[in-house]
Amino acid sequence: MSAASTPAAAAGEVRFHPETEPHHPEGSSTMLGFWIYLMSDCLIFAILFASFGVLGGNYAAGPGPKDLFELELVAVNTAMLLLSSITYGFAMLEMVKGRKTTTLVWLGVTGLFGLAFLCIEIYEFQHLIHIGAGPQRSAFLSAFFTLVGTHGLHVTFGLVWLVTLMVQVHRFGLIEANQRRLMCLSLFWHFLDVIWIGVFTFVYLLGMLQ
Amino acid sequence: MSIAHHDRYGRPHVVEHEGEEHGHHDGHGHGGAAHGTLAGYLTGFILSVILTAIPFWLVMDMPLPDAQTTGFIVVGLAVVQIVVHMVFFLHMDPRSEGGWIMTALVFTLILVVIAISGTLWVMYHLNANMMPAHDMGVL
Repeated sequence: MSAASTPAAAAGEVRFHPETEPHHPEGSSTMLGFWIYLMSDCLIFAILFASFGVLGGNYAAGPGPKDLFELELVAVNTAMLLLSSITYGFAMLEMVKGRKTTTLVWLGVTGLFGLAFLCIEIYEFQHLIHIGAGPQRSAFLSAFFTLVGTHGLHVTFGLVWLVTLMVQVHRFGLIEANQRRLMCLSLFWHFLDVIWIGVFTFVYLLGMLQ
Repeated sequence: MSIAHHDRYGRPHVVEHEGEEHGHHDGHGHGGAAHGTLAGYLTGFILSVILTAIPFWLVMDMPLPDAQTTGFIVVGLAVVQIVVHMVFFLHMDPRSEGGWIMTALVFTLILVVIAISGTLWVMYHLNANMMPAHDMGVL
């Protein structure tokens, strides 16, 4: 910015870029970069939702949503994810206040709710496969397992990340780098909750209405 | 990735709230509001619980006689809940990161709408046109 418009440039020496890179503090662009990653992730889910929309009615004479889904279980699952969202919010509030122990406690609670969500989902999948409604049964079930499974995989990696960050915070404290990482995970975790709204609405609730 | 990275530039490092961008205003700043407030999180949570409970009740108890109306309401509530999460949990703000967060979001939403509606539209017509109508016996 400054170098290109100095009198030296006017004197014949043409420069189109500053001589040195402008100083950016570390992490200043992390949040935007991570947000763009989340947006690309959003596109993956959009395609999986579109596939489910196309294939969701092809039961191949097999079981449909009404035969398979238990809305009570889905409601409990949704509650787990919602509770984990608010407890992660509490962890962030404690992080801003610089309280390491309570941050860790709330992160731990978040992890437990996330784990409960995963256990319920694995139970549901295992139950479906056990009664012969596995992903190879029909196009509907293939699309269902891919969409819901991809979301579950994201939650799994979110949990791995959460435990990693808990160890980091425990060992190194709420340093700037860890605060930044916790903010990224916050975006990731709440983003997964947003995706889950789409899943329980379009897959489970609308499926039961058909 | 060593943990000591944070003071690579030799800056005096004090863990203060959002203190990382002092003296460097390049429009990337995210203010203290990016973390939200207790009231904000609780408001978002209560709204989410209500917006989740209503569609589950509508489908489980079927108080409305018409499945189509129920469906539209359920989808509408989901859209509202997504906005609630965006505002209260993800702290979406038109000014954060110099507006680039919102730009990326709007661009992605346009792509999502094109991808989903385009897929459903094309595949529906493909199904309708490729359907063997009454020649099953000939095949």
